[in-house]
Formats: sequence, structure tokens, C-alpha cells
Amino acid sequence: MGDHHHGPAKGLSRWLFTTNHKDIGTMYLWFSFAMFILGGSFAMIIRAELFQPGMQLVDPLFFNQMTTLHGLVMVFGAIMPSFVGLANWMIPMMIGAPDMALPRMNNWSFWILPPAFLLLASTLFMEGGAPQAGWTFYAPLSTTYAPPSVTIFIFCIHVLGISSIMGSINIIATVMNLRAPGMTYMKMPLFVWTWLITAFLLVAVMPVLAGAVTMMLMDVHFGTSFFSAAGGGDPVLFQHVFWFFGHPEVYIIILPAFGVVSQIIPAFSRKPLFGYDSMVYATASIAFLSFIVWAHHMYTVGMPIAGELFFMYATMLIAVPTGVKVFNWISTMWRGALTFETPMLFSLGFLVLFTIGGFTGLMLSIAPADFQYHDSYFVVAHFHYVMVAGAVFSMTAAVYYWLPKWCGRMYNETMGKTHFWISFIGFNLTFFPQHFVGLAGMPRRIPDYALQFTDFNMMSSIGAFIYGSSQILFLYNVIATIVAGKPTSDEKVWDGAEGLEWTVPTPAPYHTFETPPKIDPVHAHS
Amino acid sequence: MTTETSTTEYEKYYVPEKSKLAVFATIGLILSIFGASHGLNEMTFGDGEGSWTILWVGLLFFAGTLFSWFRITIRENIAGMNSAQLKKSYVLGMFWFIFSEVMFFFAFFGTLFYVRTLVGPWLSGEGEAGRMNSLLWEGFQYSWPMATTPQEAVGGAGSQLIANNGEFHSYHKSMAFSEASAWYAWLPLWNTIILLSSSVTVHIAHLGLLDGNKKKFNIWLGLTVLLGITFVGLQALEYYEAYGHYGLTLNSGIYGSTFFMLTGFHGFHVMMGMTMLLIQWIRSVKYGHFTADDHFGFEASSWYWHFVDVVWVFLFLFVYIL
Repeated sequence: MGDHHHGPAKGLSRWLFTTNHKDIGTMYLWFSFAMFILGGSFAMIIRAELFQPGMQLVDPLFFNQMTTLHGLVMVFGAIMPSFVGLANWMIPMMIGAPDMALPRMNNWSFWILPPAFLLLASTLFMEGGAPQAGWTFYAPLSTTYAPPSVTIFIFCIHVLGISSIMGSINIIATVMNLRAPGMTYMKMPLFVWTWLITAFLLVAVMPVLAGAVTMMLMDVHFGTSFFSAAGGGDPVLFQHVFWFFGHPEVYIIILPAFGVVSQIIPAFSRKPLFGYDSMVYATASIAFLSFIVWAHHMYTVGMPIAGELFFMYATMLIAVPTGVKVFNWISTMWRGALTFETPMLFSLGFLVLFTIGGFTGLMLSIAPADFQYHDSYFVVAHFHYVMVAGAVFSMTAAVYYWLPKWCGRMYNETMGKTHFWISFIGFNLTFFPQHFVGLAGMPRRIPDYALQFTDFNMMSSIGAFIYGSSQILFLYNVIATIVAGKPTSDEKVWDGAEGLEWTVPTPAPYHTFETPPKIDPVHAHS
Repeated sequence: MTTETSTTEYEKYYVPEKSKLAVFATIGLILSIFGASHGLNEMTFGDGEGSWTILWVGLLFFAGTLFSWFRITIRENIAGMNSAQLKKSYVLGMFWFIFSEVMFFFAFFGTLFYVRTLVGPWLSGEGEAGRMNSLLWEGFQYSWPMATTPQEAVGGAGSQLIANNGEFHSYHKSMAFSEASAWYAWLPLWNTIILLSSSVTVHIAHLGLLDGNKKKFNIWLGLTVLLGITFVGLQALEYYEAYGHYGLTLNSGIYGSTFFMLTGFHGFHVMMGMTMLLIQWIRSVKYGHFTADDHFGFEASSWYWHFVDVVWVFLFLFVYIL
């Protein structure tokens, strides 16, 4: 069976029953884009309501459901699966493997996602509405005061966790076991490295999230008192368990983005990545530190002072490896022969805006200052600079960068650049003013606000509509490329790109590397 | 088909063709969570009916799919499709799966430590955070196992100042050693002896298999399964005692919550491990599977068994003794 590989099967069964890493990667990517649109439309409702002070469009309960579902869908449905899709497509091609290590399980990891999200979205139509305790679903909002839909939410989280753990185990097994001879660890492309470390993080923390929601389930249905002080438990315990998962989770989201940018910037600088080794060590350090900083999300909850200090200093330490990365990217570009095609534009957008998000993170890490910033729009601005301009921009860059390799057609460069500039302007118009309203005291997660915040909120809403609609241009460009883009058969679509994926034909054949490629011993990573 | 004569084993990596397993497993899993969540809502909030049936149908479907999934995998191995490299993928998969299970238990042990070292003392008035004691839980004294819940200390659910989210009452008798009438009547001790010996027996079975002594393997593996069954039986007896005579239930405040959560999930994992070992035993006895150098199904199950054993040691220490 393994010997006579042929092309993909016809019809729906190709997608339902596939074991091919490229098919599964494609499904992950399309699914995550659909979730990106769904989560984005929730955001549009939020911004429409916040366009003016006072209650205009939705009632507060529904508004809370929107903020909750927006966060959940974007984190678990859009960003995470998009990078898993990219991992599926690229990792086997980058390390010279025939496929992922466990192909049938790979398909299962994908297929449990769509029905789980369908189930989650269906809670909007349930009696009592969808979960409304925020994407962090703190107890007792998510237990004592939760609508019945919380039960469905809990089981959906379990399914998402199962999917992530299986996907990660697959990635770990693939990277550890299926590298072509000569592809040593320190020759792997940085995208593979960041994903390997991300996979370790996922296997370590998704079970902790499963534990947290299981305790919620017990509190809601079986009379336990994990998160209830009346029985000797503690609602703050929920926050500890949640953020023990939640903080590594934000690095799970951003590390693959680092990997993508570390592939693209060298390609368009026509220089090898500066400081490859230090990039690997910095990624590992960030991953390690992510386990000992979780309570910086909870400075105002009433922790002992020793805890505040420990988590403050540990958090500040993260700036060191992150700084190493930022300076390495800049040094890569130094005296490079730079060109600014769409993937490079998005990567540069990532570099500038992610650094801003990093700096606001540093501000938030200062415990006494955080007492002012906590739960304000400043926090919202901070993490959207990291999540959107960080993760989503780099994901967009990745699509433009590898799309010609995937489908053998070139996208429309003018349209791509237009997409970038509209996104860049729309994004900053949305989130930059939120720093100001946040510092001035506007709390997050409210449907109404004081009059003095009106102008900045209007700017935010207009920016959000611009950013949101620019994604339609993106969708159009991608579909137009697949259907009728200018065909290209160059193995190396970008003249500065390095790595095994650029040695296979374009478009990438259904099966690549049925026999392992020879790895040039001198030429290291890209 | 490739004609290149590479000496590496890489070219033989078995990539299965299309497979319906994933979709069937998805249907089973999603039906199960749909049925379970609606069933629980029926139970607690009283809306809807018939959801439990969906759960059972889903679980049955799921179990059937897993059965055929493993059967296919085993047949592929017997047919010689699995290269040494593919087998290493299975080893890695099992290892990291067990690691994820360790982290699952870590969440509950972390909860136990946090409650015992921080929450309890705070609720009874210690430290900065203890100010709440005089405001909300006047008169609450902390001890472990928690003898009286904060709610009882202030005179019941009706008298507490924060929202009432259920009744939490104390137990008559905890599972701690000090409350046992005599050491030999203390079930956890026997359970520890049983589970630790089962780790030894499964290791002896492995040694037998490595020697090619299938008889020794079958006997000692069968003994391991019996020890596992005994453990689960005693654990069930303990739960019966707890509910029937000790007044110790899921509602018994945080002591009952952590006790049942930790021992319950551990017991569930013992049952999973036991099922895995039982299947390996049937494979060996009935179908003559496993040779001295090819027995990963057994090896993976035995790792899992050692893992539940180690978890028990921690449980015994932190739930029962300390």
C-alpha cells in the first residue's frame, strides 16, 4: 500500500477519509479562516454597540455572550488551528518526511473540531443563551451564575483539548522521528523548532485546562465546592488553574508566529537568519518561563506580596529572550538586499506591532502599575497587538509566502499589498486608541461607557470595520489565486527562500519525500 | 514505486491509505458529549429528556470504532507493514500521551496543595487574606481533613452572607488513617499493597515474555489483571463505606471534593489500564500474539499501568496519610 502512492481521491471522501498531511493542513486552514470570519463578526457586533455610548443594538447579556464567544472562537477556533494547519502542511516538507508520523490520528484531530465549534455556536440559540463569563470564564460567573449552556461549553473544551493534544503528539513524533538523515535538530528550520516547543507546551497545559473545566462541571452538577468558599474552596483557585494553562497558551499562539517570521524575513533579506542558535534557545527559554508567570494575570486578586513580587520579576525576565528574537530579526535585515513583497510587509508589520504589544506587556508586568491598568481597555489593546498584529499578521504572511508553493499559482501582488496597508491602518486605528481610553479608565467587557471615551471608541469601531472588511479582500485574493492565478512552476518561488520545501516541484505534489532527501551537510537551516 | 536502493529504513514508512476510522470516531465522540451535556442539564436544570440514550449510543459507537481501529493497527503490524521507525512513532505517541495524563492529575494535586496550604488557613483568618474570616466566615476553624465547612461554621447555607450555591456539610468520618479502627481495617493500606504488587507482577510478566516464556507471561499478566480487579473492588467498597456510613460525599466541602476527584479519576484510570492489560492477555492467550521482540501493545499497556501505580503512591501520601 505504501509503495504505490497515487493522487487524491475524488469527491467528499477525499476530505473525510484522508490521511494526507497536505489535505489535512488545507482543511485546518480553511476551517480556521471560517472561524476567523465567525469570531470577527462577533467582534463587529461588539464594535457596533460601542460606536456610541448608551445602549444601541444589543442587550448587555448578549453583549457578554459576544465578548465570550469572540475570544473563544478566535483563540481556539481561528488562531490555534491555523497554525496547526500550517504545521501539517509545512513540517513534513521542511524536514524531508513522507507525511506526519500518525496519519489517521491526524485526520481525527481535525475532524472533531468543526462539530465541537458547531455545538459551541449553537448555544447562542439555547434557553439562557451562550456562555457569557468571558473567554477566561472565571468562577463563579461560569459556575454558580452560568446558564445551562456552560455544560456544553465544558465538553466542547474537552474536545478541543483532545484535538490539540493529539495534534501535538503527532507533531512531536514527526519531528523527533521522521527527520531525513542528516537533518539534525540544529539544522531544522526555525518554524519546525518553534512548533516542536509549542507542541510540548500544548501537551503540558491542555490537560490542566481539562482539569479546570472538569472541576467546573463537578461544581455545577455534582455539588462539589472547588470554587466555592462556603465549602472550603476558593474562586481564586479557578484563576490559578486557568492561568497555569492560559499563560503558556498565549505562547502556544505566538511561538509558531515567531517561526513563520523567522522563515520569511531571511527570504526577503536574502541573508541567512541572524543568530539561529540563540533563536532556538530564546524560544526554549520563553517556553520555560511561560510556566512560572501565570499569576501576573491576577495581580489585583489579593495575592500575598511575595507572590506579586515573584510573578512580577519572572514576567519581566521574558523580555530578555523576546528581545533576543526581535534584535535577531532586525540584524537579519541589516545590510540585506531587501524587497517588500506582501509576505515581507506582513512580517514587518508583525515586527513593529508585536514589539509595541511586547512593550505594553512589560508595562502590565509591573504589579503596582497593573493595579491601574487591570481589566481596562489598555489590556485589550495590549493583547490584540500580540494576538492580531502578532499571530494573525504572521499567519497572513505565511499564507502569501507559501500559497504559490501549495497551488502552483501566484497571487496578485498589488491586491496583496493593498490588503496589507488596509489591514495595517485598520488594525492600528482600532487598537491604538484603546490604549488611551484604557489608561483613562475605561473598563473592558462593558456594553456602555462614559461620554468622554466616545471619540476614541468611534475611531476604534471605524478601524475595526476597515480591518474586518479588508479580510474579504484577502479571501478574494486567495480564491482568485487558486482558481485563476498566474501559473508558476519554479521550485523556488522566492529567489531568497531557503529550505527543503523549495526543492520539491511547484505545486507541491500530493506525496513528497517518499524517499528521504539528501541534506547538504554544509548548508544548515534557512 | 521507488527503485532507489537506500540503506535507510525511512523509505518504508507506512502511510495508510484513506481511512474511515477518524470520521466514525468523531461521530462517536460528538454524540457522547452531546448526550452527556444535555443529560447533565436534564439532571440539574430539568429541561429536555432522552439525552442519556444519546450518550450511550455515542459511547457504544465510539468503543466500537476504537476496537476496529486497534484491530486494524494490530493486523497491519502482523502483516509486517510497520517499520522499526513507525514503531518508534508509536512509542513516542504513548510516552507523550502518558505525559499529558500526568499533567491532568497535576491539576488536581495542585488544587489539593493550594487548598490545604493557602485557602484553608486564609478562610480561618490567617494572614492578610484572612480578614475575610471575621466578615464572612466568623468562627470557622481550619483543620485537615476539614471537619466543618465554612458554611456550617456560620450556621448553614441560609445564614451565609455570599450567594448560596449549594449545601456543603461535613462528614462523620474521614478516610484518614487516624479515623480507622485498626490498621488492618484500613482499606487504603491494602489497596497500596495490591497496586504496588501488581506493578511487580506485570514486570515479571514482561521478563517472562523477554525470555520467550509465554506461559509465565500469561500467568503473571493474568495475575496483574486480577490484582487490578481487586483494587477496583476495594475502592468501590471504600466509596460504599464513605457514602453509606461515613457521610462523606461529593457535597462534603472541599475535603469530599478533592477526595472523590482524585481517587475517582485515579480509579477510572485503573479501570482503563486494567482493560488495556486484559485485552493484551486475551490477545496472548487466545490469539498467541506477542513475541520476545515484538510486543508493543503489551509494553504500552504496562507503562500505563506503572503510571497509574505512581499516581496512587502520591494519592496515598497526600490524600490518605498526610
